[in-house]
Amino acid sequence: MASHRIAYMNGRILDPASGRDETGHLLIEDERIAAVGPDIFPRGLPDRTEVVDLAGLCLAPGLVDMHVVVGEPGAEHKESFASAAAAARAGGVTTLCTLPNTDPVIDNVALVEYVLRRANEGSDVHIRPFAAATQGLAGAQLTEFGLLKAAGAVAFTDGDRAIANANILRRALSYSTAFDALIVQHAEEPTLASGVMNAGELATRLGLSGIPTAAETIMVERDLRLVELTGARYHAAQLTTADALDAMRRAKKAGLRVSCGTAPHYFTLNEHEVSGYRTFAKVSPPLRSEDDRRAVVEAIRDGTIDVIASQHTPEDPEAKRQTFEQAAFGVVGLETMLALGLQLNMSEGVPLLTVLACMTCNPARLLGLDCGVLEPGRPADLVIFDPEAPWVVDSKKFRSKSKNSPFDERPLQGHAVRTVVDGRTVFVRRVEK
Amino acid sequence: MDHADDAFDLPFPHRHLLGTQNLSRGDIERILDLSERFIDQNRQANKHRTDLYGRTQINLFFENSTRTLTSFELAGKRLGIDVINMNTEVSSTKKGETLIDTAMTLNAMHPDVLVVRHPDSGAVDLLAQKMDCAVINAGDGKHEHPTQALLDALTIRQRLKRLEGLTVAICGDVAHSRVARSNIHLLNTMGAHVRVIAPPTLLPTGIARLGATPFIDMREGLKDADVVMMLRLQRERMTGSFLPSVREYFHYYGLDHDKLACAKPDALIMHPGPMNRGVEIDTEVADDIHRSVIREQVEMGVAVRMAVLLLLTPKQGNGGPANG
Repeated sequence: MASHRIAYMNGRILDPASGRDETGHLLIEDERIAAVGPDIFPRGLPDRTEVVDLAGLCLAPGLVDMHVVVGEPGAEHKESFASAAAAARAGGVTTLCTLPNTDPVIDNVALVEYVLRRANEGSDVHIRPFAAATQGLAGAQLTEFGLLKAAGAVAFTDGDRAIANANILRRALSYSTAFDALIVQHAEEPTLASGVMNAGELATRLGLSGIPTAAETIMVERDLRLVELTGARYHAAQLTTADALDAMRRAKKAGLRVSCGTAPHYFTLNEHEVSGYRTFAKVSPPLRSEDDRRAVVEAIRDGTIDVIASQHTPEDPEAKRQTFEQAAFGVVGLETMLALGLQLNMSEGVPLLTVLACMTCNPARLLGLDCGVLEPGRPADLVIFDPEAPWVVDSKKFRSKSKNSPFDERPLQGHAVRTVVDGRTVFVRRVEK
Repeated sequence: MDHADDAFDLPFPHRHLLGTQNLSRGDIERILDLSERFIDQNRQANKHRTDLYGRTQINLFFENSTRTLTSFELAGKRLGIDVINMNTEVSSTKKGETLIDTAMTLNAMHPDVLVVRHPDSGAVDLLAQKMDCAVINAGDGKHEHPTQALLDALTIRQRLKRLEGLTVAICGDVAHSRVARSNIHLLNTMGAHVRVIAPPTLLPTGIARLGATPFIDMREGLKDADVVMMLRLQRERMTGSFLPSVREYFHYYGLDHDKLACAKPDALIMHPGPMNRGVEIDTEVADDIHRSVIREQVEMGVAVRMAVLLLLTPKQGNGGPANG
């Protein structure tokens, strides 16, 4: 017998996995979804059901963010599991995947177990670790994919470092097929990607060394050949260029088991954001030209891009209050991802379900997670958001320990008002009148 | 003696001198006009003025420099400023870590003008945001070196009496040159035609959009040029695989009499120094007293820096000491 029932009534129910977009209700029993749809209570509400009226609000699966850097272990002052979880709750993210580029690197079973234990100690969002693809992220010796996956690693990546050696990547891809493991690549050819911003006129003007778009294209084209050779599952963590997206489009058409992601700053901002040496817009790969930004938007629209992840990379003020050349790469994004996704729907006309698919069911499917779908029997991980609510980003109010957002002071529309994990409400936004 | 009173009285519309990109034609002419007044004075036995008596100038150099530092120091002293030189050579990572802290520390000492050289592009802009006083960019990374472009302009104007309509060819390591960028902006503003000549590895992307016509062939690029401005080739570029060897570079891009013959017969030869003889410039050409104005550039440097210091240092309130 269910001990706890909650009925979310009269909301716009958005389930990208099934294509559902209709006004209706969703019933939770304990930790799981019990029913969803417009007519789930033909004989009225069951007894002892708590009712939450959603009038005017949207209800969707909680976001699955598959690219989050947490400073634990090694840089807890930038972000701890607790602060990342708080940021995630406020951003409507119910599952976040952590990258292995910590100190020490998450490259053995004991460390995966440590992350799972520490991360989920009293945490009320799901935290899933990626493990390193090579020991120490050195790009030389593979990690124990099988044992690591069994311990709870959801994918393998060298994080913000590319697996540059073609033979090592070939072996990683080949070996991963034994465990159906996903290899996630930072697709930038490192010897070409030695600059600090997009190569082009602006870089010349600012006197900064540029990274050509070919750094990405070459890596993606090469990797796709290796995927063809090995039949592995491959995911390019974030693509930023029209050419690399075209390569991905062709590979998908050819039936390769490949996918790719991007991050909100790549479809929202272009290279001009770094004018005036704004270090908060310094990211890796760099912000690209307006043509490339548009190509990213189109690739989300046509399904070439599977995943939108925040690429949340917390950096303290000391790492960003530097000259542009010396400042750290990275932005925080857990608390702005949903709003920037909604902006993609409102400003660029990308269908809302397509945007949400990139942040829910698609990453969940790639990582083999039992979430991201509104379906009876699935965990009740939900985000309820107000798509209209105007707000102004104030990084000082971020739950994240780090405040390095290029969107600070930017007016946005739409944000999470309630986040539910395993049936429990873990975040409610007080509406400021 | 001619006083700089009139120029001193008009407010200069910029608080700092961070680059030439934002200088108007009027701004540039004003700096050059004022500089000209100091040329004769600098040739006299008594070079001392007291226009900026009692002010403090800090020269903060994060990169080795002899001529620019000396030039700024002399310029300040000749205007009566107290000049402090700070040579802050530290490892590249430490430079950035302490930059803003350094600015705050210096700010607390209440300098009136800060002259900064830094190996990172944009570093001087960053410092300027934290300082209450005027900041002069003495070269930041590959970005700008505005006083060099101004002294180049003054040298050309002294010799050829104009800038407008001249064809100026800038040759060499354009990709890594702040001197090239500052000159391109300034010369464009003044109505000159700018060309850049370099091997493809040393021509930055989009340089044409900055207002310079690029050339790979030096002879073509030098054709009918009024001014040939050579850039220093940093030898470490050789190992960076930008170029295969000094010998080949000199063969194709070194300025010798043969290539120079493509330029106008009386074309000026310039070089920001220090020169690598036999790398980017032939000794005979460098020392050609009729056409090489390299030593004049150094002389104009002091005059230009005096003008810039005078314009940027706010006029003291009533009761300040009289001019020299």
